[in-house]
Amino acid sequence: MAMHMESDLNRFRKIVRGKVKKELRRFISSGDLIGRQGKKTVTIPLPRIDIPHFQFGSGEQGGVGQGEGEVGDSVGQGDPQPGQGEAGEGEGKHSLEVDVTLEELAQILGEELQLPNIENKGKKNIEDKQYKYTGVLRQGPESLKHFKRTYKEALKRAISTGSYDLDNPIIIPIKEDKRFRSYKVTNLPVANAVIVYMMDVSGSMGDEQKEIVRLTSFWLDTWLSTQYEGLERRYIIHDATAREVDQNTFYRTKESGGTLISSAYRLALKLIEDHYPASEWNIYLFHFSDGDNWSGNDTAECMKLLETTLLPASNLFCYGQVESRYGSGQFLRDLQKHFGENSNKITLAQIKDREAIVDAIKVFLGKGK
Amino acid sequence: MMKGYNTQLTPELQEIADRLGAVAKDAGLDIFDTVFELVDYKQLNEIAAYGGFPTRYPHWRWGMEYERLSKSYTYGLSIIYEMVINNDPCYAYLLRANDLVYQKTVIAHVYGHCDFFKNNYWFSKTNRKMLNQMANHATVVRKLVNEVGQDEIETFIDTCLSLENLIDIHSPFKTAPKARSTEDAMRPNDPPKLRSKNYMDKYVNPAEFMAQQQQKQVENAQKTQTFPSSPERDILKFLLDHAPMANWEKRILNMIRDESYYFAPQAQTKIMNEGWATYWHSKMMTQLAPLSGSEIVDYCDHYAGVVASQPGGLNPYKLGVELLRHVERRWDRGQFGLEYLHCDDPKVRAAWDTKAGLGKQKLFEIRKFHNDITFLDEFLDEDFCHQTKMFIYDFDRRNNEYVISSRDFKAIKKSLLSQLTNFGQPIMKVIDGNFKNRGELLISHLHEGTDLKHNTALETLKNLYRVWKRPVHVETIIEDVKRRISYDGTNHQIEKI
Repeated sequence: MAMHMESDLNRFRKIVRGKVKKELRRFISSGDLIGRQGKKTVTIPLPRIDIPHFQFGSGEQGGVGQGEGEVGDSVGQGDPQPGQGEAGEGEGKHSLEVDVTLEELAQILGEELQLPNIENKGKKNIEDKQYKYTGVLRQGPESLKHFKRTYKEALKRAISTGSYDLDNPIIIPIKEDKRFRSYKVTNLPVANAVIVYMMDVSGSMGDEQKEIVRLTSFWLDTWLSTQYEGLERRYIIHDATAREVDQNTFYRTKESGGTLISSAYRLALKLIEDHYPASEWNIYLFHFSDGDNWSGNDTAECMKLLETTLLPASNLFCYGQVESRYGSGQFLRDLQKHFGENSNKITLAQIKDREAIVDAIKVFLGKGK
Repeated sequence: MMKGYNTQLTPELQEIADRLGAVAKDAGLDIFDTVFELVDYKQLNEIAAYGGFPTRYPHWRWGMEYERLSKSYTYGLSIIYEMVINNDPCYAYLLRANDLVYQKTVIAHVYGHCDFFKNNYWFSKTNRKMLNQMANHATVVRKLVNEVGQDEIETFIDTCLSLENLIDIHSPFKTAPKARSTEDAMRPNDPPKLRSKNYMDKYVNPAEFMAQQQQKQVENAQKTQTFPSSPERDILKFLLDHAPMANWEKRILNMIRDESYYFAPQAQTKIMNEGWATYWHSKMMTQLAPLSGSEIVDYCDHYAGVVASQPGGLNPYKLGVELLRHVERRWDRGQFGLEYLHCDDPKVRAAWDTKAGLGKQKLFEIRKFHNDITFLDEFLDEDFCHQTKMFIYDFDRRNNEYVISSRDFKAIKKSLLSQLTNFGQPIMKVIDGNFKNRGELLISHLHEGTDLKHNTALETLKNLYRVWKRPVHVETIIEDVKRRISYDGTNHQIEKI
């Protein structure tokens, strides 16, 4: 009775994968996946894959039940109301939740957007060794003696040879009884890639703009993590001044005031110089702003910083301009003017709305750097 | 037989199975030989995902079901203790991890099902070598996959499965209608005459008038002749006979139809079947082959789980076993017949006892002839309804919750019966296979108060089109208005009729 469940299961998974792929654009722009992250997997809600029949609708239909209660008493909640905005088909109850690993998700993303693999620029395979005490051996240094196991062995021997004396239960281990801890060496990959996210948090960047940045970063992150064994992330926010923050703050801060983009670039430069020598690290710089820099002088300063220091040091410098009601969007034009429309050194994208995130990701990662 | 290890019962369990089998036979159960296999939860989930048949054809749906079962097992939402299939010999799969009390209970339960399969009239036409049949189906599908290609076959199986409930559950029991050749059907009866006295007849109804009448009648008969001649419930059969399908398509559709008919009685007798098995396992464990004192608490715990009821749901195990016991009690005490039915005094009714002792006999009669609908229709009475606290609930749109709407016996019974009609599926019939005289297919939904689910109806219509290959229509009622939904291969159209 050899069953073939594995092949049926694979077939099903393939269908699921196809669905995810088909709906990827929607997932990317809706942000459904983020926040559902477990450790290594995301749970993706899909419309239930099912075979349609001529059938009765299950929702809002009455029925017969058994139990206590007066007429008018509640016996259960209805389906959750179709979500706001979501193209709800009212199928709340019957959604299928599939777990997909981040790696698989990145793979799907890569296939769908036809992203090239990245060529590692820094040192290859920098790895660290880690020692873990996992086993027990018969030989070893006294300092690693496993007392409990040694005692047990000695006790066993004493009992089996009959030398154990209940009234005087002294156990003396001999050489053969001794057990020692032993370790295993595992190689830990060491990060050799770093992403520096920079975001303009000046007053003109609204919640929606930040959400777009967050969604974009999530997918950039997902893809880059599959390309490098370890990945470090640094977050910089700036208005007129820049500071480094943690991930949480990065997406939640709302400042007001002017915008001096050069402040962020300078801080990024300092980070790189202090921690990430360009010879060993793959450096990714992403900057998001609504493109409303305070002054022409500062813009000139930015260009200089980029040209002389940041661009040479990094694998990729991407500027994503999020459209906001207040932003003039001048900075993008300035960059284009300075570096030329299709510069190889710098990657520019305009992210008008959520729909455009997918294209931005494609532009950013499409070069395979 | 299965991968890895021996699935035979342990000698201890085998002995228990034999002993319980003997007890069951003494009690009057009539069972197929039963083959037990001891499997772990993974295998049991696999078997359950295959609907009990490890040998089924390859299809993604089993994978989906397996994933769902494994997940709910992992999260502790549900555990399947056993799986039993209607076959001769009967196959039953037991969960290896069950403790001894569970194993005993489950074995007794299996014998209950087995007896039901063998003796219930509604199962009498099912294929008792279905295990082999399923394996044959799988072989056919694999062969076709090699010949035609996996994607084509899988897509077409999806299409057929979408139509699988369009069968006539009563057709296995219908004797073929008396062969009436078409000429026969068209031969007119005597043409209508004007009334006349006998001797006046040839003047009132002259020969040419009669010829005219006859001519008219033949024309009428031709005009009203439809295809199919009477509405056809077995839509799958109609498609097999008349839809333009490739040979391999026919084989697959036929196969799906076979399986549908095989599984239909189980849907028709869910309450009775589970009730019967529960009745017998409880009877065996507590009376016929009683468990020891130390075991009985575990057993009760298990039993409580089996008959637990949730506020919004109806537990077929509970309803089935309680109604069977109710009937047994009534017939034991002679609570039947005209005199009893006409008695209005609840006190007298409650104390009614003629010591008739016919309970057991009645139960066996029920298990032989009834299905869920007839069973509930005949035996669900007002006393039972109140004793077991049944109610109907409705959806309260404003508060987005289900509320108890009535405890009225008649309403409850009506709702329950309509829920079970046609094993819970809408009743659909082919009305016209040459609709609009353009070879289009018209199906009608017999609307009994509940609308079809809209989006799946549209999708199903597409699948129907794929088989029929001409525009398809279904007449139904949507929100109290009679409408016809059509699909012409590219677009859906809904119009009032």
